[in-house]
Amino acid sequence: MSIFGFLKLKKGKKSQKYNQIKSNNPKSKGKFKAKFKDRGILVFEHTSEVIRAENVLKKISEINGWAIRVMGPPPEIRTGCDLVIEFSLIEKLNILRTLQKIGIKPLQTVPVTNPLLTPVDLFQTKDFGQYLMVRAANMKLTVEKETLKIVNISGGGCPDVPYLAQEMVGKHLTNDAPLPCDIGHTLCGYALQLAYEEIKHQCSL
Amino acid sequence: MLAIVGTVPDQNFPLTAGKITLKNNKILIQGKQIPVNRGTPALMAAAIQAGETLGTTELYGFLAGDIGLGNGSRKLYEYLTNHLIEFDFCVITFHYLQPDVDWHNRVLFAIHEMKNRPLLIADAGFMYAAKMSGQAPEYDLFTPDMGELAFLADETAPHPFYTRGFILQEENKAPDLIARAYKHDNAARYLLVKGKQDYVANRQGILGKVDSPVNAAMEAIGGTGDTLTGLAAALISSKIKIDKAAILAARINRLAGDYAKPTPATQVMEIIRHIPEALDNIPH
Repeated sequence: MSIFGFLKLKKGKKSQKYNQIKSNNPKSKGKFKAKFKDRGILVFEHTSEVIRAENVLKKISEINGWAIRVMGPPPEIRTGCDLVIEFSLIEKLNILRTLQKIGIKPLQTVPVTNPLLTPVDLFQTKDFGQYLMVRAANMKLTVEKETLKIVNISGGGCPDVPYLAQEMVGKHLTNDAPLPCDIGHTLCGYALQLAYEEIKHQCSL
Repeated sequence: MLAIVGTVPDQNFPLTAGKITLKNNKILIQGKQIPVNRGTPALMAAAIQAGETLGTTELYGFLAGDIGLGNGSRKLYEYLTNHLIEFDFCVITFHYLQPDVDWHNRVLFAIHEMKNRPLLIADAGFMYAAKMSGQAPEYDLFTPDMGELAFLADETAPHPFYTRGFILQEENKAPDLIARAYKHDNAARYLLVKGKQDYVANRQGILGKVDSPVNAAMEAIGGTGDTLTGLAAALISSKIKIDKAAILAARINRLAGDYAKPTPATQVMEIIRHIPEALDNIPH
């Protein structure tokens, strides 16, 4: 940050200005209702799990700069206890892994805007002869069939995609490549995990 | 000047802003080096290569390290919110950022505050946030692939991971998906859809298709979509109209790929290297 030393941050003034623009801008009245579109809901079986999950997620949310909150479930949710946790949907993979470490597995993880939406379950496979590519949602994973070396990862838009590619490309699918579910953090990472499982299945591993 | 905003896969890379150059397959910014593999460095490298051939102005970058935790992205969002007003760019291209609707909206407000409104291009995570915010029509160009086009077309999906199955992501459905994305106001003024055939479209319909040369392997190569967005950004910043620039970019990207004789194992820098040659061989 030192290179920005010459620029003074005017946080107070700026946030005041932001609020002013937001309230004055006609576009802020209707379209910005989309505020919750990037949020998800974790559904649990027992309230005790909600409390434990909230404690651990609050700690990491402070470090990572996103917010969680405990609330009542929307009417579409017909399973679980009387409380759910709202979280940043993009970071689903990171959050599920964090909960897994303390032995909690949510019953469901769904988008706030439409709790009935389910993750994509269609895979598209392209056989290039020497290489096999599987696409899950927006993520594509390609391996060399004979060696099972991961030769490319493409698609996706979250910042863990270049990181996952950096860590996985050039490595053997099952021997030394890290799993997307272990080092990824976002929904793109989650989609890559699905592509990884599907390509393993297709290679009969 | 063209500005490019994105992240790099190194969590220790600090928030950095400055002019960018390409040397020995690495992006140079403020004395720091980033290898060009895919993602924002690939977009930048393609734009630099094209800019040098076009003889256009310098490129400016805003970068931060982020491996998917969102921390680098949020530093970028905050910096842009506070400082964009101090800059004058003709085009800003937003790329790999952790999608965050609230921060996206703050950045968009900051752009409204700029003295001269730049043309706005969005791809990858920032495009997801732009769609989710309901502000897609504020943008001049989105550059989705087929999976992302299906996400834009699905008015309920908060991320491509949740695109509903009935919205098929097949190549021959692209015109329907484009129309559906515009129907629900989830597309920019222009779309450049990357696929087996590349489509350039606006609200009125398909404006152009590019389908040759064909190299099926390009789909598997990480970063070929990024280079296409970088080429479009460079051409637009050289004052070529958006629809014409998008069609040219698609042709140049395909030709550069063809020159690289790609296999699914080819890495994107091998294609970027051929951009000047491809640009020279396509009238613009």
